[in-house]
Amino acid sequence: MSGQSQRLNVVPTVTMLGVVKARLVGATRGHALLKKKSDALTVQFRQILKNIVSTKESMGVVMQSSSFALTEAKYVAGENIKHVVLENVQNATLKVRARQENIAGVKLPKFEYFHDGETKNDLTGLARGGQQVKQCRAAYVKAIEVLVELASLQTSFLTLDEAIKTTNRRVNALENVVKPRLENTITYIKTELDELEREDFFRLKKVQGYKKREIERQMAAAKDFKEEQIAEKYSLQKGVSISSAHNLLAAEAKDEDIIF
Amino acid sequence: MASRTQIPTKNAALIAMIADEDTVTGFLLAGVGNVDVRRKTNYLIVDSKTTVKMIEDTFKEFTAKEDIAIVLISQYVANMIRFLVDSYSKPVPAILEIPSKDHPYDPARDSVLSRVKYLFSTESVARR
Repeated sequence: MSGQSQRLNVVPTVTMLGVVKARLVGATRGHALLKKKSDALTVQFRQILKNIVSTKESMGVVMQSSSFALTEAKYVAGENIKHVVLENVQNATLKVRARQENIAGVKLPKFEYFHDGETKNDLTGLARGGQQVKQCRAAYVKAIEVLVELASLQTSFLTLDEAIKTTNRRVNALENVVKPRLENTITYIKTELDELEREDFFRLKKVQGYKKREIERQMAAAKDFKEEQIAEKYSLQKGVSISSAHNLLAAEAKDEDIIF
Repeated sequence: MASRTQIPTKNAALIAMIADEDTVTGFLLAGVGNVDVRRKTNYLIVDSKTTVKMIEDTFKEFTAKEDIAIVLISQYVANMIRFLVDSYSKPVPAILEIPSKDHPYDPARDSVLSRVKYLFSTESVARR
């Protein structure tokens, strides 16, 4: 997890800096939004957990009462009622329908039961125990009601669980990988740009210094020339050119006659 | 990814059952039973003659079927094929473990409740 490897491979330019900064802003916003989503889902999740536990408890009670109703029906209508029931199965009259509920972008299924057509088994218990059979049926329909409720809760629980995991993974990825990487890239580009600027500054300073020295040199040369001219003028007035005087001396130095 | 799973919103879906005879009789009386054209039922009566293999196959068949939204399974039957029930993780059809008359219901062995417990061992489940 070194800071150097944790950056994007980009060319350090001002344009790139802008692009990366924009991406960082986007990542920050996305992170905030996902965090909110995760929180919303967690709230819903806890609610569902609570409901699941309480519905599971009530399911025990309801199942107990429906079992008792069946026992009653069997006692009154005779043991063979179950064969009648088992034989009479054709099409389901009690079915479930699923619809979707949207919670923070997560689609949760919501089951509800409904009666489809007339109830069969109408003649069950015609001879005796019709009342008990009817009660038993009602008890089991009630049980189905609770169970369907529980099923939707349970399905929502599983779906939400998965969704929360995914969202949290994304939040963490943004927070711990994407954002640091972008920040590192920004610092990298900034240091690189600073470096360039310093180099440029130094170069300019150098050039400036060179120019200054050049000017000084020229100034000095001009001054010398001027002095020389003044000297010449002066010597011309005296009748001897200073340059020829120089030459005289030079010629004298090269005189062949002089041995020493 | 469950969030991507398409939840079928058809008008009619069935409730399947794997349970003992009494429980199945009760629910059939309520009208959840269905027999399709190939004489396939949407329930399985588990008695002393039913093999674990049969239960397994039926469970797999029910969970693979598209027109089944909920699978009710008696807890003692679920215990027989616990590994299958625990490894099942799809949202639809929902697996519901129900208590049966002869076997007391144990919330600790329920695959979903145990997961609930695993997630929130300190809160909601603790006050049970």
